[in-house]
Amino acid sequence: MRSFNHLYKFHGGLHLPDNKAQSTQRPLSAAPIPPRLVLPLQQHIGEAAEPVVAVGDKVLKGQMIAAPQGYISVPVHASTSGTVVDIGQHPVPHPSGLKAPCIVIEADGEDRWIELNPIGDRYRELDLNELRMAIRDAGIVGLGGAGFPSFIKMNPGPRRHVDLLVINGAECEPYISCDDLLMRTHADDMLQGVAILMHALQVKQCVIGIEDNKPEAIEAVRAAVQAHGNSNIEVVVIPSLYPSGGERQLIKILTGQEVPSQGLPADIGVVCHNPGTAVAIQAAIYRGEPLISRIVTLTGQGIAEPQNLLVRIGTPMHFLVEQSGGYTEKVDRLLMGGPMMGFALQTDELPLIKTTNCLLATSRSESPAPPAPLPCIRCGQCADACPADLLPQQLFWYARARDFDKAQDYNLFDCIECGCCAYVCPSHIPLVQYYRFAKTEVWAQERERDKADVARQRHEFRLERLEREQQERAAKLRKKKEAIQGDKKDSADDKKKAAIQAALDRAKAKKAANGVAPKNTENLTSAQQEQIKAADARRTAAKQPKDNN
Amino acid sequence: MITAILAVGLLAGLFGLLLGYSAIRFHVESDPVVDQIDAILPQTQCGQCGFAGCRPYAEAIASGAAEINQCPPGGEAGIRALADLLGRDFIPLNEEEHGEHKGKVVAIIDEQVCIGCTLCIQACPVDAILGAAKHMHTVIEEECTGCELCVEPCPVDCIDMVPVKTDIEEWKWPSPDERLSINNQQASA
Repeated sequence: MRSFNHLYKFHGGLHLPDNKAQSTQRPLSAAPIPPRLVLPLQQHIGEAAEPVVAVGDKVLKGQMIAAPQGYISVPVHASTSGTVVDIGQHPVPHPSGLKAPCIVIEADGEDRWIELNPIGDRYRELDLNELRMAIRDAGIVGLGGAGFPSFIKMNPGPRRHVDLLVINGAECEPYISCDDLLMRTHADDMLQGVAILMHALQVKQCVIGIEDNKPEAIEAVRAAVQAHGNSNIEVVVIPSLYPSGGERQLIKILTGQEVPSQGLPADIGVVCHNPGTAVAIQAAIYRGEPLISRIVTLTGQGIAEPQNLLVRIGTPMHFLVEQSGGYTEKVDRLLMGGPMMGFALQTDELPLIKTTNCLLATSRSESPAPPAPLPCIRCGQCADACPADLLPQQLFWYARARDFDKAQDYNLFDCIECGCCAYVCPSHIPLVQYYRFAKTEVWAQERERDKADVARQRHEFRLERLEREQQERAAKLRKKKEAIQGDKKDSADDKKKAAIQAALDRAKAKKAANGVAPKNTENLTSAQQEQIKAADARRTAAKQPKDNN
Repeated sequence: MITAILAVGLLAGLFGLLLGYSAIRFHVESDPVVDQIDAILPQTQCGQCGFAGCRPYAEAIASGAAEINQCPPGGEAGIRALADLLGRDFIPLNEEEHGEHKGKVVAIIDEQVCIGCTLCIQACPVDAILGAAKHMHTVIEEECTGCELCVEPCPVDCIDMVPVKTDIEEWKWPSPDERLSINNQQASA
């Protein structure tokens, strides 16, 4: 059993004005059903899901409309009942502003559920793999922001021994308050979800880390823990320091252990989940409901009535802004996520997805346009602020010079893009932009290298094939030639021999047929022989002078 | 005296044997420089460098018969990597003789126009075109390197090189330098 009497401190970090009060004044309310929902096929890390409905199909709330492809993938479900009106490319919330495949549903307003099959307390009797598959079938991904399929994190593998579940209720980023409201209102559900997670991971201990700027949530969760009666679940209040809600940072605060570079928390026996994920798991097991809605914070000076809403996945953002009193005159930029790690959206005609925790409409004074960057003066403030204990200026240097190998030597991929370095930079260098640029370049280079390897293989195979074909052709030709030449020689001799043989045969046959032979060659008298001799002598005599001539 | 010479000689012999043995036992097949160069080249097999493919060009670079700036698809990044590997100075791409660095393209056959002559199939260095005589041909987009070698032999001019569209998966964050220089240009304009 681990003890949490003593808390640790991670390197760096920042005290930021939390700006959470704006959105926590109003109670959590459910957003109405929008007329149209756009559901991207990829709202998670991994392979996009594959549609299993066609245009024109009637779908029910909670019906699976896209099935997972491959292992790291989860399905997508209809978040209300209605008709599928389009399956195609639509803009999705992504920093690129590009389109991605989506399923569009026109709501019928009935909001009729498909038949639900809750597992309930029977989950304890299930095989752990079946339990994980139930979580997968519910389309549950990490709701903290990255959207990694939760069922995979519930399977640490045979080589890792996990002994601690961490529920990350830190919610350290300014403005965002969706986890705060969730813990206030759904603490009991969350604990049921925690119990399922503990069972799935076979861990005995769970710690729920909450930043001290959320007293109501702490109280609600503590009360729920007491009611739940499991003494192995502990609520630990941690000091507010950005980014204590980073998985690695929270684990460091609670356990003093560091997750290894390029490694996973499971490598040191810890698995970390978001409170929203725990609630979604509870809904999937006890009510049979897939992940079709989430809580999202609408805040910033650009929103008239900042609040938290329970929203169906796929609801258009502008619809939610209208629900919150619309934009104010001050509105300048719309961000998805918080001011530190979020990204700007070009439009509000985008669907809310599983990983949208916050829509932040900032005014000019809240997020002023950054002044033109000045040269790095090597002050080292970024290194002091970095919670991952990296050297941001070295990373900046190498990213800028496009020396990505060197940037990786300085552990570029351990950067969590929290933005602390850029926040403190006196030269206003957009450091995180450089790291994001470098990371995507490295990935692109890897993809290109893979593609080049395939091309090299195919080219070598082709050369080999051409060589082989040529040899085969040459061999064939040689054979043919030999065959022809052989034929010629053989046939010439054969013909001659055959002709002679045929002549002999004919003569023999004739002899046999006639039964006669010349009669003047046998039984000669001596006089006749004398005559022949004389004739021969004459013949030779006659021949000789001719030859002499 | 004799003892010393014998001892030193014996030791020298022993160590010599040990070294000889380890040289064979722990022999590491070193990566020949041609392979390292070939690994950097983009493998489009386009022949723009003047050689019959990436490997022959790599061999030519290794033997000093070719410069490192003859590969347009590899672009500046490729030349930098080659310069790094070979310890030479960076030189800009020889655009005059070998062409410019273009964005990624892929060949598309207009299947309505294709007469099924198989000339493009014979030209493709990576066997990325599928078809048979007097049957329609098509390009396997995944495998196409964008070398453009199929365009020339086509008698009916039915092959187009189209730029590859970036999807979300392959999208890259732009370098802040580019954005800043754009901003500066706008400010000065």
